[in-house]
Amino acid sequence: MSQKEPLFSAKNLKLFTEPFNNGNPVTVLVLGICSALAVTVKLQPAIVMGLSVTIVTGFSSFIISLMRNTIPNRIRIIVQLVVVAALVILVDQVLKAYAYEVSKQLSVFVGLIITNCIIMGRIEAFALGNKPFPSLVDGLGNGAAYGMILVIVAFFRELLGSGTLLGFQIIPESWYIKNGGFYENNGLMILPPMALIVLGIIIWVQRSFNKSLVEK
Amino acid sequence: MENLISIFVRSIFVDNMIFAYFLGMCSYLAVSKNVKTALGLGVAVVFVITITVPVNYLINKYLLVSGALSWLGESYNDIDLSFLSFIIFIAVIAWIVQVVEMVVEKFAPVLYNQLGIFLPLIAVNCAVMGVSLFMQEREYANVGEVTAFGFGSGIGWMLAIVGIAAIREKMSYSNVPAPLRGLGITFIVTGLMAIAFMSFLGITI
Repeated sequence: MSQKEPLFSAKNLKLFTEPFNNGNPVTVLVLGICSALAVTVKLQPAIVMGLSVTIVTGFSSFIISLMRNTIPNRIRIIVQLVVVAALVILVDQVLKAYAYEVSKQLSVFVGLIITNCIIMGRIEAFALGNKPFPSLVDGLGNGAAYGMILVIVAFFRELLGSGTLLGFQIIPESWYIKNGGFYENNGLMILPPMALIVLGIIIWVQRSFNKSLVEK
Repeated sequence: MENLISIFVRSIFVDNMIFAYFLGMCSYLAVSKNVKTALGLGVAVVFVITITVPVNYLINKYLLVSGALSWLGESYNDIDLSFLSFIIFIAVIAWIVQVVEMVVEKFAPVLYNQLGIFLPLIAVNCAVMGVSLFMQEREYANVGEVTAFGFGSGIGWMLAIVGIAAIREKMSYSNVPAPLRGLGITFIVTGLMAIAFMSFLGITI
């Protein structure tokens, strides 16, 4: 690096914030929906999943970017998969050791981080052509933006489906019909289809505010 | 035999990869603009899953799980390599996808051009990896059951992508609110399809 760039220059900061807005990996680029929706029934697994993906995306971009000049183009996919898989194994082992309950809830979806398109997408689109630090920031930003969508979806599904947030009761007990009130949890919210519909509505809201994203 | 049919039907309708687990959504959303391409990708995915799942099952059973290496001798009884399963599964999948890609390029060049980048991306199609991981988690009894499960899951995925492609072809004539067009409405329609598929819950054969 001849002309030294400050570590948190405006350009690097933009790399981090862009994914939250116009470059959101889930609602705009349609990446990484695969493993996203099944973990959003409750808020806690969604947060853990978001963090895991952020870590894996950030560090896989960083590592691939370090090696970008030495990887032969023809076999890059397999090299990328090996790096990502190694990081996911680390995350999986850490979760099993320190958060066993959550790791059980996430079941196969931790392993599926490997095939999360966001990671491969960021490596292919960004890390292969950029310096390690911007790649790390870009990966962390995209992972965090993905986590944000998970948390929003999980927030609505847990609140409306179970009446709780992070396991704490939010809707007062006395409102429930069984206690003589008027309220009943929406059972449909905890079933798979509602994740898709909630995400559809999030996209709808985002695009109503941001006309430039509307498809023709 | 009845057992196999039951697993097959369950994995198509009840445990549908898209509607129950949201696996393989990326290519599901991107390649569902017309029925023909969707069908082509669907067939490729069915093929890849049907091969990878039994292969991964055998590798898992005879190499990876705790005590699996005991056929090498007494001293190997305690070795547990199951933490390697992710990396081995993805390697097997990437290899099979490479073979499928070469075959499709040689014998169906039109389809090869239509599928474009999504053919190599089957390797990172979550449905393919997901089926292998579910296979590991659910502990099926033998290769037959595993193959029935893999084949059924593949068919279920194909059914879903062909269904949504047909709906999207029709939908291009309808007046959808502008912010919902494209991605938004596809999600909501998929949600409604998933609700319809839920009526299969509880079937037993």
